[in-house]
Amino acid sequence: MRTFWFFLCLAGVMLAGCKKDEPKPKFEGPFLPSNFPQPAYDLSQNPVTEAGFALGKKLFYDPLLSRDNSIACADCHISFAAFSHPDHPTSHGIDGLFGRRNALPVQNMLWKTGFFWDGGVPNLDFVPLNAIQSPVEMDELPDQVLAKLQAHPEYPALFRDAFGSEKVTTAAFLQALSQFMAMLVSANSPYDHYVRNEPGGTLPGEALEGLAVFQQKCAGCHATDLFTDQTYRNNGILSDFTFDQGRHEISTLPDDIGKFRVPSLRNVAVTAPYMHNGKFKTLESVLDHYDAGVKDSPTLDPLLRRADGTLGIPLSAQEKSRLLAFLQTLTDEDFIRDTRFAQ
Amino acid sequence: MEKLKLGLLALLVLTTFFTACKDDEDDELSGFADVEIEFDNRAGDASLVFGTEYTNAAGEKLTFSTFNYFVSNFVLVKADGSEYVVPKDSCYFLCKHDDPDSREVVLKNVPAGDYTSLKFMIGVDSAKSVSPASERTGVLDPATGANGMYWSWNAGYIFVKVEGTSPQAPLNPGTGENTFQYHTGLFGGYDSPTLNNLKTVSLATHHGEPAKVRRSGGPHFHLYVDVLEMFTAPTNVSVATNPTSHAGPYSKTVADNYADMITLDHVHNP
Ligand code: HEC
Ligand code: HEC
Repeated sequence: MRTFWFFLCLAGVMLAGCKKDEPKPKFEGPFLPSNFPQPAYDLSQNPVTEAGFALGKKLFYDPLLSRDNSIACADCHISFAAFSHPDHPTSHGIDGLFGRRNALPVQNMLWKTGFFWDGGVPNLDFVPLNAIQSPVEMDELPDQVLAKLQAHPEYPALFRDAFGSEKVTTAAFLQALSQFMAMLVSANSPYDHYVRNEPGGTLPGEALEGLAVFQQKCAGCHATDLFTDQTYRNNGILSDFTFDQGRHEISTLPDDIGKFRVPSLRNVAVTAPYMHNGKFKTLESVLDHYDAGVKDSPTLDPLLRRADGTLGIPLSAQEKSRLLAFLQTLTDEDFIRDTRFAQ
Repeated sequence: MEKLKLGLLALLVLTTFFTACKDDEDDELSGFADVEIEFDNRAGDASLVFGTEYTNAAGEKLTFSTFNYFVSNFVLVKADGSEYVVPKDSCYFLCKHDDPDSREVVLKNVPAGDYTSLKFMIGVDSAKSVSPASERTGVLDPATGANGMYWSWNAGYIFVKVEGTSPQAPLNPGTGENTFQYHTGLFGGYDSPTLNNLKTVSLATHHGEPAKVRRSGGPHFHLYVDVLEMFTAPTNVSVATNPTSHAGPYSKTVADNYADMITLDHVHNP
């Protein structure tokens, strides 16, 4: 009898619920596409929740994280450019200061085993500390940021919702940002629909021919469906690396001078300019570089040395246009227009 | 079902009770006690005092203002070679010269026994250095506990930080003083190798006389940490020629020097 009343009440509550407003769609964690390997980030250490993601997003868009409250993560990582900094060869941050390097897109972070062009940070959780402390980015001390958040009228309650305590700890702060960045998965480009054999997943003939060229000439470094083998290499854009020695600045090993982490090429059509120093404005000029512009230096990658002593990857005009057609198919409109991620 | 649970509980309580009674009568070599390790900072033969002048192996006059170091991964070894490894969640300590309490390290609940050597690491091991934020609390919290002892751009901890002034060091235009600064870290890399400046210290007790952990109390290790060793052998460091070292190749020279800066003065048994 008691059970009967209970269900009657429950039904009543449900009906009343339905009448008022549409049921909220259930929050879904990060998309783990079938054509990607296992994530490198341990999600069990920091499971993505609706409240954690919302807090991380608010932090990502909040200039409070910088010394003079002038600049947010999102100012250099813009949604419509796959969270990179379009048109800025090297990003400028606080006080209008220019950094040394081209901002990287923030996408598919779960699969990265090292962060930044030189792999200076091994775990996604600690990436924000670098941006916050950098004198040319946000120039703020992490403990100051925590204090500002603790004193803020809204944040303590948001930290409580996400992590169970109003105390703004370093771990909770970093984990919230990681939860937001973990959600930034780009794997719904035309290329993805094609490789996953999904309905409508066909590529134009020229792009398919471009894919074949790519597999033959580029996939030695831009490997797997992440389009990077995550190693450090010198692709010959410079012959003198005094200004920025890349991986060497982290490892101190002479063999690493001028080596940079092979970047992913996802959404590459919307992340111009290109290379760690933003040297090239267009994909055409990147291809011209590989074909005829490669510069020699002691650490130049062996894949860019040919048997006859010449340098680079020979590409005919036809191969270039096919490659361009293929690279366009890596643009994921769903991702760059996703309203969950944009401000 | 309920009764069975109750029965089991009663049995458990009784067993615990009896075991406890037996222990009391038994010798002192069961149970656990805390081991204290005092890191007593020195400059050669003298106690280290900030603001006092000392002379390094290169004959330069040094006055120190910072001396901090991480010690971690403590292991106590018995004469037969068997080891007690301090659990990961309580084996990281940051010793700061200007915070004497931080230099009194306590290893909690060490099993009773006779230990003839103490091993630990200067620095923070690579597994911890790449672990997620949830595992970086206390002295490993990069924004609070490890503030000033963490590099965010070459992410990892500064293992040993030594700063000060010397008339032989070049003028630092930023501060208007003649300063030296040695910040040493680098744990060997995670997906591609880097320099590895982690150093393991192994200190045997004198004359095989063991450090005794008894249920009634544990020993006190008194260690000397000689900051001048950082400037001495294998390659003497001169503040005139190399006044600063951070995450560069020279840090290897500095780390190789400080590898033997910690020695055992004596063990005080309970
Ligand atoms: C002033 C511009 C600027 C700001 C502000 C900024 N970044 Fe960045 N970000 C960059 C640049 C430039 C790089 C590449 C730097 C490098 O590799 O050395 C980068 C790299 C990254 C990466 C690494 C991506 C990869 O593939 O390795 C992540 C993640 C990231 N930023 C997140 C953030 C977060 C989170 C914030 C806010 C706390 C932030 N950024 C603030 C410019 C900025
Ligand atoms: C030897 C390894 C290697 C090969 C082969 C290679 N790349 Fe790269 N690629 C790199 C590295 C390393 C970088 C980053 C270099 C830097 O910024 O210093 C890069 C950067 C790029 C970029 C710029 C991406 C960005 O976001 O800035 C594009 C585009 C690119 N490569 C396309 C190609 C194409 C197309 C091919 C085949 C024709 C190719 N690469 C072959 C290693 C390689």
